[in-house]
Amino acid sequence: MTAIAGVEYVGLKALRGPLAFIDAVPGLSFHDQVELTAPDGTVRAGRVLSISEKAAVVEIFGPTDGLKLGNTRLRFEGSPLRLGVGRELLGRTFDGLGRPRDDLPPPLVVEERAIEGVVINPCRREYPRDFLETGISAIDLLTSVVLGQKIPIFTEAGFPHDTLALQIVQQARAPGVEHFAIVFAALGLPRSVALRYEEAFRTSGALSRMVAFMNLADDPAAERLITPRCALTAAEYLAFDCGMHVLVILHDITNYGESLREVSAARGEVPSRKGYPGYLYSDLASIFERAGRIKGRAGSLTQIPIVTMPSGDITHPIPDLTGYVTEGQIVLDRGLERRGIYPPIAVLPSLSRLMSDGIGAGRTREDHEDAARQLYAACARVERARSLESIIGRDELSEGERRYLQFGELFETTFLRQDPNQARSIEDTLSLAWTLFAELPVSDLTRLSPPLVARYLEAKR
Amino acid sequence: MTRDATEPAGRLIEVSGAVVRARCGVPVALAEVVWVGDERLIGEVIALDGDIATMQVYEETEGLCVGAPIAASGGPLSVTLGPGLLGSVFDGVQRPLDRLALSQGDFLGRGQHLEPLATDRLWEFRPTAAAGSTVVGGDALGTVSETPALEHHVLVPPMVGGTLVDVVPQGSYSASDVLGHVQAASGDRVDVRLVQRWRVRAPRPFRHHLPATTPLLTGQRVLDTFFPLACGSAAGMPGGFGTGKTVMQHQLCRWAQADVIVFVGCGERGNELTEMLWKLPDLVDPRSGRPLAERTILIANTSNMPVPAREASIYTGVTIAEYYRDMGYHVLLLADSTSRWAEALREISGRLGEIPAEEGYPSYLSSRLAAFYERAGRVVTLGGREGSVSIISAISPAGGDLTEPVTRHTQRFTGCFWTLDKKLAEARVFPAVSVEDSYSTVSIDLERWWHDEVSPEWAARRREALKLLEHAGQLRNTARLVGEETLPDRQRLVIRVAELFEEGFLRQSAYDVKDASCSPARQMRLLSLLLEFYHRGLDALDRGVPVRELFGLPIVAALARASSAFGDDQIAELDRLGTVLVEQCGAAARSEPDAA
Repeated sequence: MTAIAGVEYVGLKALRGPLAFIDAVPGLSFHDQVELTAPDGTVRAGRVLSISEKAAVVEIFGPTDGLKLGNTRLRFEGSPLRLGVGRELLGRTFDGLGRPRDDLPPPLVVEERAIEGVVINPCRREYPRDFLETGISAIDLLTSVVLGQKIPIFTEAGFPHDTLALQIVQQARAPGVEHFAIVFAALGLPRSVALRYEEAFRTSGALSRMVAFMNLADDPAAERLITPRCALTAAEYLAFDCGMHVLVILHDITNYGESLREVSAARGEVPSRKGYPGYLYSDLASIFERAGRIKGRAGSLTQIPIVTMPSGDITHPIPDLTGYVTEGQIVLDRGLERRGIYPPIAVLPSLSRLMSDGIGAGRTREDHEDAARQLYAACARVERARSLESIIGRDELSEGERRYLQFGELFETTFLRQDPNQARSIEDTLSLAWTLFAELPVSDLTRLSPPLVARYLEAKR
Repeated sequence: MTRDATEPAGRLIEVSGAVVRARCGVPVALAEVVWVGDERLIGEVIALDGDIATMQVYEETEGLCVGAPIAASGGPLSVTLGPGLLGSVFDGVQRPLDRLALSQGDFLGRGQHLEPLATDRLWEFRPTAAAGSTVVGGDALGTVSETPALEHHVLVPPMVGGTLVDVVPQGSYSASDVLGHVQAASGDRVDVRLVQRWRVRAPRPFRHHLPATTPLLTGQRVLDTFFPLACGSAAGMPGGFGTGKTVMQHQLCRWAQADVIVFVGCGERGNELTEMLWKLPDLVDPRSGRPLAERTILIANTSNMPVPAREASIYTGVTIAEYYRDMGYHVLLLADSTSRWAEALREISGRLGEIPAEEGYPSYLSSRLAAFYERAGRVVTLGGREGSVSIISAISPAGGDLTEPVTRHTQRFTGCFWTLDKKLAEARVFPAVSVEDSYSTVSIDLERWWHDEVSPEWAARRREALKLLEHAGQLRNTARLVGEETLPDRQRLVIRVAELFEEGFLRQSAYDVKDASCSPARQMRLLSLLLEFYHRGLDALDRGVPVRELFGLPIVAALARASSAFGDDQIAELDRLGTVLVEQCGAAARSEPDAA
């Protein structure tokens, strides 16, 4: 905290969108927190975006409509944006800037932390290897998640991604973990969706072990850039200071990206792809890289961001750059969704990068890796047979291709399809997989090692 | 670092993210390193206009204010070179992350400076040059056993030359010790130390280039056999997310036949580096029998670390690579990924308000890329040794679009292009190197090596296999329209053999104990076996054996599994498989009723 703390300043030079331009103020620092009071007495938060000898630019987190240049007062905090952290955050709901939204007094905090966070020294990271069971077969077997991973759900408007996120939150289990702490950040969500989440958290009894930060669709864009950072600051405290295992749901990163573009345009920056700023990748990384584990500390921070692919386009800058930062992705598919399959997880484009070291004997089961590879190979053949069928018709297909069409249907209806309230253990999931393998000729099972075939397949036949 | 750093050279007048401006009372130089603010954050001067200097700062700038002091270092961004680099982990401006973790804890704070190489560590130095002899830059003064597998030659720095006045006797010395003095003709006397510094943006000099004649073996069949890299050349490896770039880079880090590996994690994930730190010490270098970590230098500027340091990281990496090259070693630089480096360039350019060329990238993107790739090469060093720097850089094209600027420019400056294919990756065919979209312009220069060292038939077999795979690609397009069943048997054979190639040759699991790396001899044997099956298959078709029956033979499954069933020391088993192949195909042909 510097000498400028508490200094007041009256009058703005210019206003453009969420940005306020003022004369230079001695002692003002880059990224300092600002409190703006309008002539009508309403208060908004803000922060310093750039400073020079002549002027400073302040980003306002709140509506700027109705503000006038004169008579507007600024008060400088003399420090960057911070969030008070403590165990008492659990059970509470905050707005996008970390202010209580649940009509309760501010929580008791043990310290204030800069929301930008600090970079974990890569040498101090613990390589994540502990299997996180979601109870969802398609995820547990094929894109296994580990504690400390960041893996987004790539989805489209109207898909049941919130049901899936809630199911994961509800069913998440890991050896030695009683309960996960949950940190939820709503990023530009419509009120109806946010209410659905709140209702689900309340009825499931998860509320007491969760912290929510709500930035809704009609909240200011600039505030949305702060919300995930508040959420992660809270999550880091719970994970790395309190030793809890924390699941962070960020919904929806696409809204976040849009806000970044909006603020960037207001600042007059040179755009790159589709008008997004050139630093979109680095900015997303500064959020996602806050997942992980640290050597010698008990907790973990796992992130499941939800990314809506605009028009279902996976190459759109937001899903594209997210995919480059995160450790895999779970992709939801329109075809499956239309056929009424829940969860509509597209097997082939989904992937977990941290899977191979987190599964197998002593972690899940010895046959996990082979079973996953075999199932992928079979699904790839289903895909090929289907695209062939759409061109030349079912009658022209070879016997082998027809068998894979049948296999595909069986896979979708018995393995993929799952009730939103049903949790399958990894053993049950593997058993289902072997039931499917029994439908295929043994000569096609090239990914399964012969001893595993002898042990598990014979039992099914 | 000669200037008095206590006197501020200037004061900040503007802060906007990672780029700051200062008014300087003392003139600073372009590319000079500066210390910014009271916390002494590292920065570099990137533009000068009158007494206003524009600087990029290699650390977070939050909390800097107008009026904060700037101190000039007196020199450009440089790296410290000497024994102790191997096995270390640095950030993009060579801060030792492993030692910072010990002294500063779990998080990277600001203004934390440590000497890149520990100054308290002693090294046993053995002089090899005698006092009184004439030396030039690049000559060795003596050696240090940096690891049990690598002799570190202490070299007279480039641009220095004259009479070696004295050299210390054998004994233990630290990084700061002077080991000898060189008297130049001009009368200047130069200290030669155990460590030296070199500015990262200038290539280290050498005598002359050598042509590419030996392969840089990677142990990966699809690369070594089909799209080989030569020692001293550069390769680009583009691939969308999830196509296995990182696993491939890790494989190359483990199996590439180089003396030293410099791995630059440039704007990538923190956990990937952690994975390497966790696995490398347990993996053994098959050539030296020592842990792989001992031949590796990691430079980690993960995606959440400051962007300007990411821009510097590949230069830090390639300068260290050149330093080992100058000792006569073959060095491989792996950069993951140059796209993130280019984005750092774009970000800084944007903050400077420069006019962008394509997709916001600055117009000098291609010249910067060219300058970087041109630092690869097999050379005769100043000291007369042969050494090389090879570069393999991963590229992360936006949206998987290979026409984007970074991919396109890289293509112009590298001889090898390994395209990773999303379709293959989704079908879990790894490495997902697309045979159709990859190439190597140096394969012709390497034919002699394969001819002499492995088999005279290599070049012919390679060409035949590539032709077969390409033909199969065309036939598959037809089959997709009319169905495979309607094609004549000879064409169906081509398609099926190509599938067998995918299964038994191109596919190579990074996690398979026997097959993660493949020797040239085994590559050649597998290639021959599969082509042999094709030839015998054609014979069998001529004798009336239907394709369906041919592919029902047990040998087919054996061929598909052969690469993972038999390792490098089981070539004899593969020979036996060849005999079985001939028998089974022959028997099938004979049993056909209309066979002659």
